[in-house]
Amino acid sequence: MFQNVVNGISSIAIPLIIFSIVLYGYVKKVKVYESFTTGAKEGFEVAIRIIPYLVAILVAIGAFRASGALDLLTSLLSPVTSFIGMPAEVLPMAMMRPLSGSGALGIVSELINNFGVESLIGRMAAVMEGSTETTFYVLAVYFGSISITKSRHAVPAALLADLAGILSAVIITRVVFG
Amino acid sequence: MINVIFMGLLVIGVVVAGFNCIGLEMTDAGMIMNPSFEPLNQLTTGIFSSAKVAVELAMGLIGIMALWLGLMRIAEDSGLIQLLAKAMRPLMVRLFPDVPPDHPAMGAMIMNIAANILGLGNAATPLGLKAMTELQKLNKVKDTATNAMVTFMAINTSSVTLIPATVIGIRAAAGATNPADIIGPVILATGVSTTVAIIATKLMQKLPRYQITEEGSN
Repeated sequence: MFQNVVNGISSIAIPLIIFSIVLYGYVKKVKVYESFTTGAKEGFEVAIRIIPYLVAILVAIGAFRASGALDLLTSLLSPVTSFIGMPAEVLPMAMMRPLSGSGALGIVSELINNFGVESLIGRMAAVMEGSTETTFYVLAVYFGSISITKSRHAVPAALLADLAGILSAVIITRVVFG
Repeated sequence: MINVIFMGLLVIGVVVAGFNCIGLEMTDAGMIMNPSFEPLNQLTTGIFSSAKVAVELAMGLIGIMALWLGLMRIAEDSGLIQLLAKAMRPLMVRLFPDVPPDHPAMGAMIMNIAANILGLGNAATPLGLKAMTELQKLNKVKDTATNAMVTFMAINTSSVTLIPATVIGIRAAAGATNPADIIGPVILATGVSTTVAIIATKLMQKLPRYQITEEGSN
């Protein structure tokens, strides 16, 4: 029942938003076609403008992953994570999540397949996936789009929030499903 | 900070891959060496494919960016955004005290956060970028992030989703009896991380080392 409601919201949301915006605009006598294309032009420019920043950050992260440095970091951190009750298998997920969206998605799928979708490990990885974001991608794209190079406290604050998200995912999953 | 991260990830990557080429292995008979250039080759392949993926990601964004910013413009011209901004005003002026309450940046940020909450990932990015463009108009030192930008960014990176659609999809595909039963824990965990994000940015923005300096200096 709950799941149906959730799926329903997901299915209705975008069509409903488009319907409301266009109809409301038309009723308010906005030239909807001209307005749309003016905005769309801006969208096109932004997508092109972020390419250099995206290449820079994804290449750096790609090098870190492909070299095995991420695995090394994971094995160095494993004593700490077992102390806080995070299964060793979930640690790669926690490390990957802020760096690479597709990488993290791959790890979640793998953990779910290997340990079962109802297992604690499978659930913990799923909660982590749902409750955190690809921090470095967002940082690179958002700041890159407006050519900000001095990010001040953005990185430490975002990483602190990631840490809080991952820790709470571990604890909450254990409490609810453990 | 960005410079250090960029350099660090690349340099560590090359060093680790180089070291892995020695191929040290622990066996029962002691430590053995198994040299090979394979780790460095993998590094190169990884770097090239990342560069390609970056452009593919941006290309994939073009259409969806154009769509959402087009709709956003209609909603702005018709006054819909302003209506929404008015409703959210009490919360937004507390989160972003430096942004004038009627500034278009407020509307764009509200739309972005709403898209995130609904789990509409491909709408959230265009609206977030639009918000950054608007925030940049208020920025006096163009190469340095403002407090509002950092707070907005931290809210975004901490993920504010109520409906984690992707992961529910994966769990459904894997045959979960109730794929959505992780929603409660997700909302709780995400609430914690967003709260930490907001508190952290508000505290850190006062630290001397994060003060805004004149353009050109470091």
